Amino acid sequence: MLRDITLGQYYPADSVIHKLDPRVKLVGTLVYIVSLFLFKGPVGFLVITAFLALSIKLSKVPFLYMVKGLKAIMILMIITALFNLFLTPGETPIFTLGPLKMYPEGVKTAIFMLIRLSYLIVGTSVMTLTTTPNQLTDGLEKGLMPLSVIGVPVHAIAMMMSIALRFIPILIEETDLIMKAQMARGADFETGGIIKKAKNMVPLLVPLFVSAFRRADDLAMAMEARCYTGGKGRTKMKPLKYSGNDARAYLLTFVFLAVVIVLRIYNL
Amino acid sequence: MSIVKAKELVHEYIRRDEEGNVEMIQTALDHVNIDIEEGSFVAVLGHNGSGKSTFAKHVNVLLKPTEGTMWVDGKDISNPIFTYPIRREAGMVFQNPDNQIVASVVEEDVGFGPENIGVEPDEIWRRVEESLKSVGMLKYRNHSPNKLSGGQKQRVAIAGVMAMQPKCIILDEPTAMLDPNGRKEVLEAVHELNRKKGVTVILITHYMEEVVDADRVFVMDSGKVVMDGTPREIFTRVEELKEHRLDVPQITLLAYELKKSGLDIPDGILTREELTEALCRLS
Repeated sequence: MLRDITLGQYYPADSVIHKLDPRVKLVGTLVYIVSLFLFKGPVGFLVITAFLALSIKLSKVPFLYMVKGLKAIMILMIITALFNLFLTPGETPIFTLGPLKMYPEGVKTAIFMLIRLSYLIVGTSVMTLTTTPNQLTDGLEKGLMPLSVIGVPVHAIAMMMSIALRFIPILIEETDLIMKAQMARGADFETGGIIKKAKNMVPLLVPLFVSAFRRADDLAMAMEARCYTGGKGRTKMKPLKYSGNDARAYLLTFVFLAVVIVLRIYNL
Repeated sequence: MSIVKAKELVHEYIRRDEEGNVEMIQTALDHVNIDIEEGSFVAVLGHNGSGKSTFAKHVNVLLKPTEGTMWVDGKDISNPIFTYPIRREAGMVFQNPDNQIVASVVEEDVGFGPENIGVEPDEIWRRVEESLKSVGMLKYRNHSPNKLSGGQKQRVAIAGVMAMQPKCIILDEPTAMLDPNGRKEVLEAVHELNRKKGVTVILITHYMEEVVDADRVFVMDSGKVVMDGTPREIFTRVEELKEHRLDVPQITLLAYELKKSGLDIPDGILTREELTEALCRLS
């Protein structure tokens, strides 16, 4: 049962977006998120929609995949919408239900909030669907490299992330195994209240942690045996290099950001 | 020329209590003298706790001697400036295939070693391809290691070591966690490397069947080298092996028992073919 969990939702396809440098995609997503919170009027909304639609079209990922993520936050979206609907103060209520009053301003905020949230999810999933976790880590490492000047261990962080990604499926499999072994000896993970369930997890977590530490120890030794000394003096098998498309994507992203800023200034 | 040479090598594991007082000293290596020729295939045999893994870890400078010296390719392992040069020349493959693969793609893992020692990207690609080919794993280069069998993972680990172009590889019980098929795969790959590329192989194991094709065998017990010779010489001494809690291969044991009960066949029979031949010659 635990085995079915898949991490990262990479959708393999041969598209322009897939081939972009992960740094471009990271910056693009960041710009896109900023723009979501900048726009104020319908023109801004149209520009953002066009940008999102273009990315989805270019990524060759089926649209259904993109909206899948929305299901998970459906409840959050409904609650946010209701709060905004009834709690935004205004002048003339258009609808009254007991103590709750709905103003036109509330309707507007609720709609904007819904658009922002759903666009946020769909937009970021364009990135996660088109970039493998490894590329993402590489992109982060290279993109954050300037921070190493002020003492941030960028390489170590990236290395930890990629090792975590490598070991998640192994540890999941192990959890499954330990669970079965404990169940065979009468452990019960399913019945009882939250506290009882949590208590029942102890015989699962202890051996899991012990084994994780042992693995970490083994891995550290294996890495040392293969001359690993940290980021210094290391070369990359697959170095990140910008290509013409990356430059064009950067240009498009920043033109987009500029347009959104201008539209905000004019309140469109 | 000898590539690994140990002289009066001693290693002690010291356990301390909370105040830092010595609680127990366990001597894992007790005045070991070993000399390994370059290009040879050497096996180190011993049951659990015999000190064979401790010996292996010295060759890769993961452990340093308490007393005595070891030279790897003429470099003294106690000298810190040689630590990385030695690790480049003596690669190590460990027991658990999962716990030694770093990357989530096969080819990236093989590239990990060369990346660490600062090889240029083009050269890394060339080496990755070559070493994956030499262990017969080239077609899995874009796979995730999680989807491979134990024997395949272990071959990837060997390729990862080969990509650093070492003179010598040490395999610390590489087959202990594998099924018979995986064991065969790994051993074939290792023999191939030894024959075709002239890499010195030091195989640490407790499976007697695996050492039959070795050039030389060292048997260890309680931190000492107790027997040393060709597989044939070693397997002739069945009683002695039993004393060190090791089993001889079944065929050798059968031949030994037959001889003991009066049949006139030679000592140290290693394969089924040899035994058949010897028995045929009798009649």
